[in-house]
Amino acid sequence: MSEAAKNTLLFAGVGGLILLTGFTQSWNSAILILNMGLISAIMAIGVNLQWGFAGLFNVGVMGFVALGGLAVVLVSTPTTAGAWSAGGYGIVLALLLGAATVVAAVLVAQKMPKGRVRTFSIIGILIAGFFIFRAVFDPNVAVVEAINPAVEGNLGGLNLPVLFAWPAGGLLAAGAAWLIGKTALGLRSDYLAIATLGIAEIVIAIMKNEDWLARGVKNVYGIPRPAPVVGYEIDLQKDPGFVARAEWLGLDPVTASTLSVKLGYSVLFLVVLLILLWMAQMALKSPWGRMMRAIRDNEVAAEAMGKDVTRRHLQIFVLGSAICGIAGAMMTTLDGQLTPSAYQPLRFTFLVWVMVIVGGSGNNFGAVLGAFLIWFLWVQVEPMGLWMMNLITSGLPDGSALKAHLIESAAHMRLFTMGLILLIVLRFSPRGLIPEK
Amino acid sequence: MDLLNALVALANFVLVPAIAYGSQLALGALGVTLIYGILRFSNFAHGDTMAFGAMIAVLVTWGLQAAGVGIGPLPTALLALPFAILGCVVLVLITDRVVYRFYREQKAKPVILVIVSMGVMFIMNGLVRFVIGPDDQRFSDGARFLISARDFKAMTGLSEGLAIKTSQAITVVMAVVAVALLFWFLNKTRTGKSMRAYSDNEDLALLSGINPERVVMITWIIVAALATTAGVLYGLDKSFKPFVYFQLLLPIFASAIVGGLGNPLGAIAGGFIIAFSEVTITYAWKKVLTYAAPESLAPSSLVQFLSTDYKFAVSFVILLIVLLFKPTGLFKGKAV
Repeated sequence: MSEAAKNTLLFAGVGGLILLTGFTQSWNSAILILNMGLISAIMAIGVNLQWGFAGLFNVGVMGFVALGGLAVVLVSTPTTAGAWSAGGYGIVLALLLGAATVVAAVLVAQKMPKGRVRTFSIIGILIAGFFIFRAVFDPNVAVVEAINPAVEGNLGGLNLPVLFAWPAGGLLAAGAAWLIGKTALGLRSDYLAIATLGIAEIVIAIMKNEDWLARGVKNVYGIPRPAPVVGYEIDLQKDPGFVARAEWLGLDPVTASTLSVKLGYSVLFLVVLLILLWMAQMALKSPWGRMMRAIRDNEVAAEAMGKDVTRRHLQIFVLGSAICGIAGAMMTTLDGQLTPSAYQPLRFTFLVWVMVIVGGSGNNFGAVLGAFLIWFLWVQVEPMGLWMMNLITSGLPDGSALKAHLIESAAHMRLFTMGLILLIVLRFSPRGLIPEK
Repeated sequence: MDLLNALVALANFVLVPAIAYGSQLALGALGVTLIYGILRFSNFAHGDTMAFGAMIAVLVTWGLQAAGVGIGPLPTALLALPFAILGCVVLVLITDRVVYRFYREQKAKPVILVIVSMGVMFIMNGLVRFVIGPDDQRFSDGARFLISARDFKAMTGLSEGLAIKTSQAITVVMAVVAVALLFWFLNKTRTGKSMRAYSDNEDLALLSGINPERVVMITWIIVAALATTAGVLYGLDKSFKPFVYFQLLLPIFASAIVGGLGNPLGAIAGGFIIAFSEVTITYAWKKVLTYAAPESLAPSSLVQFLSTDYKFAVSFVILLIVLLFKPTGLFKGKAV
């Protein structure tokens, strides 16, 4: 069988699994799997860019995804009345002062001769800067957070259409990636891993605690939808034309409207995925992509050929993280709310890694396939596990503690299964389902 | 008197918790650093190994409590510890045989091993949640305090109390014993010396007839013992929750890297550096300063540098600073 035929068959197989969900469970859950699969595919393309093209080990995907979600709130929610004049500018001033402190310390570190004077002046600048920052920051934050705390209490956003938030999410993630890459790239590969793991936790900590930014753990609800494409269920159900079409399809208007909204998202996500996939393919085939793979395979040789390895690494690290940020913004748009406490590293970092490795690192189509397959399994392993547990425990008497415990724990099967899949693929087919060419 | 009160408050809120937390981190970091020294990869599954060991201890403790077995004022978990270590040793040895050995024979790149350890992390995490569930579990019993704040006040007549929890005292004692045993083993026994030789120079060690599989096996046994001890102590001191152990990965790695990966002494120092910085930076200093400073200068705010939710940020920033200025860590570690 030719390679193209095999790959088509693999994609058709995963598509068939999703269709099967539609026929046996419900079309709503099938389209939900499809939508999250599309988003996961974009994340996987981002990680594949970093790992598959350049061999960078980024385990901070969750942080960049969360930054994308934050961008949605900052761009598309309405501005809180009076927040900017009350304390918003003060907060921005404080942040600028904080940034100036860090820049000053870095400049001193670079310009002054090594010695005790330098050490003390750096420490002095940092401590003084920190207290000035807190002195400006704290009162302004208190003012902003006091504004109508039950529904607002944050600065709010720019009130722009939500589609603008997607590239903005990419930009925000890219900025963070630039900062972290500037410091941690060029060090050893495991250090980059630990550094990205840390930055992801910090991003989540900031989003949980800085209520003035995006309401922290109080969450932001009611993020507007990309209206012209997606629409709202209520409006659709009132639209006589829509109801007529639903009847023609043999669906009741309520189900039809939820399906239509979800399919609207699918179309949007598919467009973004195809654009990004096309760009990633072009990059892979271009001289730039070949250079990246050359650097990945042998850094020393590439450096000897005059390639600036650290700069190229920074470039691809920023690009890959930006793609994860876009995916994060899309996901928050799909959810319609930002819930910082929902970001879990196992789900948003390590699961994406499983997708890339299972699909085939270094191959964009592989990453996309892996994303759909693993997301499907992630959703479906739980009911499958429950079914299996019921089967296994059917011999046990009803009401026995062991039976109850086993059935209850079936929900945790998915982590175990994901680990098992990852290990099996790494062992027996380390190049993944669709290997790199 | 005021200064004395300030010191007691400082000890109560900063020194004692930081020493206990530092000991737990140090034990965890020792495990990470040993794996790095001998097997040459960063083990992402370490937090979940700790959770697994602690889980067995919790289960055995419940069994002992149900059977009415206890050791007076000390927590029953100490009795359960040997069983937990045994269980954890079995698990990591099976993991090594089934998973890691294949890659060792292939001489796979360290980063592949890190990804493999990610898979192991998923499996262990799933296993722990499967057996005991994702919720908080309490298993500490025995006397709660070695010295309670009220007794201390009555004893000294100071207005500030100093409380030392039994779990904190046990943590420090256990950590000292474990570290002493480990260093005695590494420096005095033949096997320990062969481990250090293997860590320093693999080829030379192989040439002088050291059996690598034996070294690896003993390393895993020691790591499992350390991880279980750290996990049980952390669980006694705070509480047992699987997800928290996963989150400990960051401060533990920070400790090991700050001290110098592959260097056991560095791991201990790193553990205490991280713990003390986390506690001092997230502690509200108002109380101590009110006692220590003259009345006119008494602070009006909490004087808390960062909210406690940012404790990860503290370990992370220290990690970054050390990486930027001394990439091999404070004590010379390895760099692969």
